Amino acid sequence: MGFLLQSLCDAIQLILRLDHELLGALSTTLRVSISSTAIASAIALPLGFLMALREFPGKRIVLGFLRTALALPTVVVGLFVYAFITRHGPLGNMQLLFTQTAIVIGQVLLIIPLITALVHSALQEGVRVVYEEATLLGASPFEASWKVLVEARLAVVTALMTGFGRVVSEVGVSLLLGGNIRGLTRTITTAITLETSQGSFSVAFALGVILLSLVLLVNLVIQATSSRSEAV
Amino acid sequence: MRLNLSSFTLFLHLSLLGLVLLTAGCGGGERADQLVIRMATTTSTANSGLLDHLLPEFQKDTGIRVEYLAMGTGRAIKHGRNGEVDVILVHAPPAEEKFVQDGFGVKRIPVMWNDFIILGPPDDPASISGSRDAAAALARISESRKPFISRGDDSGTHKKEKRLWELAGINPAGEWYVEAGQGMGACLAMANDKLAYVLTDRGTYLSMLEKLDLAVVFEGDSALMNPYAIIAVNPKRYPDVKYKEVQRLIEWFTSQRAKSLITDFRVNGEQLFHLFDE
Repeated sequence: MGFLLQSLCDAIQLILRLDHELLGALSTTLRVSISSTAIASAIALPLGFLMALREFPGKRIVLGFLRTALALPTVVVGLFVYAFITRHGPLGNMQLLFTQTAIVIGQVLLIIPLITALVHSALQEGVRVVYEEATLLGASPFEASWKVLVEARLAVVTALMTGFGRVVSEVGVSLLLGGNIRGLTRTITTAITLETSQGSFSVAFALGVILLSLVLLVNLVIQATSSRSEAV
Repeated sequence: MRLNLSSFTLFLHLSLLGLVLLTAGCGGGERADQLVIRMATTTSTANSGLLDHLLPEFQKDTGIRVEYLAMGTGRAIKHGRNGEVDVILVHAPPAEEKFVQDGFGVKRIPVMWNDFIILGPPDDPASISGSRDAAAALARISESRKPFISRGDDSGTHKKEKRLWELAGINPAGEWYVEAGQGMGACLAMANDKLAYVLTDRGTYLSMLEKLDLAVVFEGDSALMNPYAIIAVNPKRYPDVKYKEVQRLIEWFTSQRAKSLITDFRVNGEQLFHLFDE
């Protein structure tokens, strides 16, 4: 028990001292996760929106596929992308493996289904009413879509934040595709893996505390948005 | 119907739970009347298959079963320091001596050695193959700024690599020096993909030979020798370690029988571990 407390105390000190390695892992994590959430959103938001607005043959199958993909194992995504970008793979000559770009690619694929499904199920009910109302009032399709998004901003923010929370805390994609290279692709989660395997529990704990705070912050943002939209 | 379904799943869960408890109970009973010691060792002895070649024979001779945990040497020694294992089999002499000096280990008993080699692209772009010694070879890599993959995980191989850089008088840094922070296999895969240089133990190299495009570009320097030692965790520090059984293991490891088993051990047709008096 004393050992655990000691490690935790050391961890807090490391954080307060703004340890260089900790900050490095944090900034890599933020850069990679924000990029992948932004790219995935740019694809998944319109996709989820269209899926909620339009009927098309095979929609149920696509939805079923999306729901399955919610539980997509990170290592399988990692493996799949790895096979494509390894030197012998189809995209091998781009030399992407073990770079931040590789992690972003994997994470984008990981959360596109997640964000699409969340946006779709959030918009499902009201989307057509709001959209048609807006078009009747003379709004262009773009303006009408914007109106829907504004109406449903809580759901949209929640979807994006859920996606961010998933990539920030995943380890399979980051480790397989990034390779845990110090100062380049070492994220908080892969650093925790390394430090624990070396028995450096204080550093691992410090990283864990930072990661938890990050996830907590994300949840606070979601809650703040929800309480504000309830007030409106 | 809904109720039926959920009570069915409840039943399913309960029976699964029962099954798990039952198997756990059986496992426990089996262990109790058998002597078991726990060993922390390096990935090289475990992944090469050497331990699975030796330990069943030890069990046949003595009835003692050895459970081993494979990890980097740094972590293996830490498990020893924490008294979480009874014995360690590792390869980092300075760290081992410190382990004994600090009173955590009883005595360092040399067992065998294998060697490190430097792998690189077959065309050897930094032309290190003619180097005088291993340190000179690393110096050439650093001058050429061709990529080099470092374990960066405080393992025995990483300690050896740091020692060689010290000998070369170089503090490696820059984009060419990639600190992977992963195991030997993962680092070889990374070196293979980036066509980089990498320091590895010969065993891991041989076990991955078919998957690698890299070639052995430097070998044979005495500085690349990799000695393994076995050390009992000190019963004065941790009274509940199985010191008596560990002593039998150490005696066995230095016996003629174990020695011939070690020299007979082959990976891809090559002898992997050598004895000191060979």
